[in-house]
Amino acid sequence: MSAMEFKSKDLLGIKYLLPEQLTYILDTADTMNMILESGTKRTPHLQGKSIITLFYENSTRTRMSFELAAKYLGATCSNISVSTSSVSKGETLIDTVKTLDMMGTDVMIIRHSMSGATHLAAKNCDSVVINAGDGMNEHPTQALLDIYTLRKHLGDIKGKKIAIIGDILHSRVARSDIYALKLQGADISIAGPSTLVPKDIEKLGINVFNTIQEAIIDSEAIICLRIQKERQNNAYFPSVKEYFRFFGLDENRLKLASKDVFIMHPGPVNRGIELTSDIIDSDRSVINEQVKNGVAIRMALLYILTRRGQK
Amino acid sequence: MNYLLKNGYVVSPANNLEGVFDILVENDKISLVEKNIQIDDERFMKDIIDLSGLTVFPGFVDAHCHLRTPGYEYKEDMETGTRSAAKGGFTSIACMPNTNPAADSETVIEYILNKAKEYAIVNVYPIGSITKSLSGKELSEIGELKFAGAVAISDDGNPVENAAVMMKALQYASMFDISVISHCEERSLSDGYMNEGYVATINGLKGIPSPCEEIMVAREIILSQYLDIPVHLAHISSAASVQLIREAKKRGVKITCETAPHYFALNEEALLEFDTNAKMNPPLKTEADRLAIIEGLKDGTIDMIATDHAPHHRDEKNVEFQNALNGIVGFETAIPLAIDILHHKNKMSLKRIAELMSRNPSTLLSINKGIIERGRVADLTVVALDEEITVDVSLFESKSKNSPFDGYKLKGALKYTIVNGDIIVRDGILI
Repeated sequence: MSAMEFKSKDLLGIKYLLPEQLTYILDTADTMNMILESGTKRTPHLQGKSIITLFYENSTRTRMSFELAAKYLGATCSNISVSTSSVSKGETLIDTVKTLDMMGTDVMIIRHSMSGATHLAAKNCDSVVINAGDGMNEHPTQALLDIYTLRKHLGDIKGKKIAIIGDILHSRVARSDIYALKLQGADISIAGPSTLVPKDIEKLGINVFNTIQEAIIDSEAIICLRIQKERQNNAYFPSVKEYFRFFGLDENRLKLASKDVFIMHPGPVNRGIELTSDIIDSDRSVINEQVKNGVAIRMALLYILTRRGQK
Repeated sequence: MNYLLKNGYVVSPANNLEGVFDILVENDKISLVEKNIQIDDERFMKDIIDLSGLTVFPGFVDAHCHLRTPGYEYKEDMETGTRSAAKGGFTSIACMPNTNPAADSETVIEYILNKAKEYAIVNVYPIGSITKSLSGKELSEIGELKFAGAVAISDDGNPVENAAVMMKALQYASMFDISVISHCEERSLSDGYMNEGYVATINGLKGIPSPCEEIMVAREIILSQYLDIPVHLAHISSAASVQLIREAKKRGVKITCETAPHYFALNEEALLEFDTNAKMNPPLKTEADRLAIIEGLKDGTIDMIATDHAPHHRDEKNVEFQNALNGIVGFETAIPLAIDILHHKNKMSLKRIAELMSRNPSTLLSINKGIIERGRVADLTVVALDEEITVDVSLFESKSKNSPFDGYKLKGALKYTIVNGDIIVRDGILI
């Protein structure tokens, strides 16, 4: 595949990707990683392209990762902070994206608290839209960087046991990860408090467990999800203490997994809640590498989506 | 106006009439229903309408719609709403009280009836509220509502959350012999955007579990049984609700209910692409629920089809899914959906369609319609069962276009709508 054969205008979710598109993005990220490691982090691939990040939710790593990816490729990148924009004056999402569209934007990177908001934006503008996280729906670039990181360490993911632990219900990362892992043929197990496992998720063809122990047996990678402490107030689980006791990843439990297991987390981490500090800082953890790969993945995507359909 | 409707296939189960008959209409009344009416008098010969191959139903009655007046005329008004109803084949419609101000007083009921007198082209019957401002707290002046012209009471759009208030409402309303229509929703479970299940999980949208409806269905059945007072349940959408109602009816509980065309036409998969035009309350459920609704319509558990016509401005739908308002335009797709899905695809008899869309809602509202016989006001709905139509929202008479059925090809076309003897839709064209 080449960039011009990529077809899709936007990246709204992993669930819309074809297996060969996913592989092509990952392969392109390899090239981008070489550029990142070369010392001169500057290429002309996106020269003359205008990229905007429009974030309706706070973010440090995703936004910065996109911004740097755009700049390393030579694009101009502007950030819109929703609190100081006309959104705070009541402008609708559609009007905002139409306005930005008119200013010669090539790519709009949007994060929004509501599921489907990036679909709405994409339908109403000509710019390429990249979903940087929409509600509980998808966070496709996080999944891409997760898969990329896994591929680097495990090689072919097909048939490999991967566990996802924590708040599946509210996690757009979990959804995108599951779709991406399925595309690559992984053997996926999930576990979390039963109030935080969404209905019918087993229909995606994954194993659903009530204990972390069952989910991580022989796993080659474990993805821990962030627990949002405010969920506790909505009676999803009684306390953070109890969460850690039953679903936290510690050294004892880790012994159940493959001895070469890799530990991942989309960040930001609650140390001592999702997993222990010792595990976070151990050589099994690839959490920091995920961040690095995130830049390469986003460079790859920007490269592919701005070239799509070009002769 | 006098005219003769020739050779239509007449379906009027309330008086056991089914077959090819001629109908003579004089002024606003049906003056004769017979085979092969021969008229010698020249005066009647002027307008003979050949209905060969068409099906003549008693005028369809919609027991549940939103005309949005007063207060939300940017969505719909009396003129556009009743034109939409006429185009959809409804000759009588009952409008819900969640207007602004709410139809919780004599004054607002009178306002609606005055507007109807001036602008309506079909019969309009207002429904009053159960509680003041639909707040679920104090009872409305139910007696005054009834005498002002309200045909039923409901807090539709809102449940009456407090069981004690509902109990008193049923007791109090029974004194005036006015139907109570319950919007079944347990609010502590309704904090979501679509049915809880696979599609909500895939879309990452917070789900509303179906017990949200079913808990309230069960409560109303229990209250109805305890008080021995009828309750009507609005827009039933789930299989478990149908089962609860079926069992209650078997025990003799005075419960009746309706469903809307979208609940037998669509399931939650209509929301896979975040189509806000398929967002409604109660939310679309699973395919198993849809099939249970059809079963309930066939076996008599569900008594009627009501459109829940809920027009919204495009600015209220063309937004983030969570922010989009609930509801769809219902009048203009009801007949094609019912004929195509229920009659053609699920072998429902025409007699049952007539009960569901005319006689039973008429009984609920005590408006004495739903029958084709000599001496009755001429309200008729004439349908071409096999004519295929393509739904085109841009041609809707409604002020709003929020329908998930745009582009649907369906078999079943409205040909004539006759209201009080006036032919307001003629050969498919609204006059």
